[in-house]
Amino acid sequence: MKTTMDGVAAMPGPRHGAGGTLLRAAAAMGGGMLLWRLASIALFCGLWEVAGRVPISPAFPSFSATAIAFRDMMADGSLPAAFAVTLQPLVLGVVISAVLGVSAGVLMGLRRGVEWVAAPVFIVFQAAPMAALIPLVTFVYGIGLTAKVLAVCMLALPVIALNGYKAVRNVNPSLLAMARSFMASPWQRVVKIIIPDASPVIFAGLRLGVSAGFIGVILAELLITPTGIGDLITYHRSIANYAEMYASIASIILFSALTLAVLQRIETVFFRPEKQGA
Amino acid sequence: MGALHRIDPAPAAATILQRPSALDPSAGDPVVQVRGITKRYGGSVEALKDIDLDIPRGKLTTLLGPSGCGKTTLLKIIAGLLEPSSGEVRVNGREVTGPGPERAFVFQDFALMPWATVLRNAAFGLELRGVPRREREDIGRHYIREVGLAGFEERYPHELSGGMRQRVGLARALAVKAEVLLLDEPFSAVDEQTRRKFQEDLLRLVAQEKKTFLFVTHSIEEAVYLSDGIVMLSRRPGRINRIIEPAIDRSGSPDEIRRDKHYLDTVEEIWHGLRDYVD
Repeated sequence: MKTTMDGVAAMPGPRHGAGGTLLRAAAAMGGGMLLWRLASIALFCGLWEVAGRVPISPAFPSFSATAIAFRDMMADGSLPAAFAVTLQPLVLGVVISAVLGVSAGVLMGLRRGVEWVAAPVFIVFQAAPMAALIPLVTFVYGIGLTAKVLAVCMLALPVIALNGYKAVRNVNPSLLAMARSFMASPWQRVVKIIIPDASPVIFAGLRLGVSAGFIGVILAELLITPTGIGDLITYHRSIANYAEMYASIASIILFSALTLAVLQRIETVFFRPEKQGA
Repeated sequence: MGALHRIDPAPAAATILQRPSALDPSAGDPVVQVRGITKRYGGSVEALKDIDLDIPRGKLTTLLGPSGCGKTTLLKIIAGLLEPSSGEVRVNGREVTGPGPERAFVFQDFALMPWATVLRNAAFGLELRGVPRREREDIGRHYIREVGLAGFEERYPHELSGGMRQRVGLARALAVKAEVLLLDEPFSAVDEQTRRKFQEDLLRLVAQEKKTFLFVTHSIEEAVYLSDGIVMLSRRPGRINRIIEPAIDRSGSPDEIRRDKHYLDTVEEIWHGLRDYVD
């Protein structure tokens, strides 16, 4: 839970580690894997460039135009400023969802009583179309930061909690018997067996939750009040600056993808070291 | 003398000692005493019925029987991992109410933590007991060497073969210095060559560690090759069919033992005994 906080808030540290491992992995595979990934990205950008130049639609800029718009928006500071605004509800919401979601999920997995009380709530919330509920949030909490944080939590929390719950329920029973036979205390059982064994599924939930959180924050910025990246997208669309609009969209997608990669790295480094280099 | 309750008097072959424990000086001090153990599942299915058994100290005793005879159930009851429906188990005279430090279990499916190195897995029992890191890793390393895995301390279980994984499971059980080792079909998930090598190593460890080994298997050859005493269980409800002491001379090489007439006769004898009630 704490690691997620670091992963979202403090990018540079983990990214450095990720780079090191990536290099090692690339070296192990003779650089082949990295090459293919770069080729795939290059192919995508190439197709985008062609599609933009045809053009498919006057509202669809080419890759190069988008890249130039991105550079300009970075240079004039509008993009960094927008990110600074968007990140507030996003980081707050994701951290709250991760802490609450993982705790609730693990507790639901461990205790039948908690499962009975909490699981139906999360299941209903996961099924609900959240975009339709966001206007309701503004009725109650207005248009400030609280409402946006809540929008992020509403999207991120259920999937994190339900994954944690399923992960704990499906812990290898043979490992639990082993812990019992070597007389683990209930606390040791949770910390040394259940959490590590459940961590891949918990982290899968966190990754889904974080990407849902990105959806939540952008929805909030489009539906509640235009701020941050949502504002940039709305503004540039309204004045037909399509390259700038796409640069904003692409940048948030890129940022989301990087965050998820960092999260994956955190999982392998801290919980499942055996997967390193695999 | 509880060990001798259910001896079948019929086959009086020279290879089978009918009242072996009487000849055994340690018979007066069984480390595990099983009294009237019955286990029912779901109120109706009887897995075990009225088991009385004494396990002699410092020997390797095997529970042998067809699948579904409740031998693993009995082992888990002795381990304290399962509750019997009635009856009691005593270890060193104290009643078993759950797992205890004097017993260690080796699991059929190894039960290794995939996220932990061989060393951490082997020392895990000590870790749970709060033994300081340096000390438990020294003990772990010692037993990893004992089971023939020196050099693999920093590997992860998925990098090892089935046989090697089970050696880690054995090292973990040895490291906690329990008096009684309970092994639940430890070789069933291991290929034949590895299995033989492992059996030979196990015999060396039994001689060296001077612990009590209680071993579950469905392989007659394995039971005869390894055991000082074989407890044969019949099918549902599991009952003790008879108890055999193979008394194989283990001074020769493994190949000599496997060709030994005494060994082969005992295997044959048990096979005939089993066939009688399988049919």
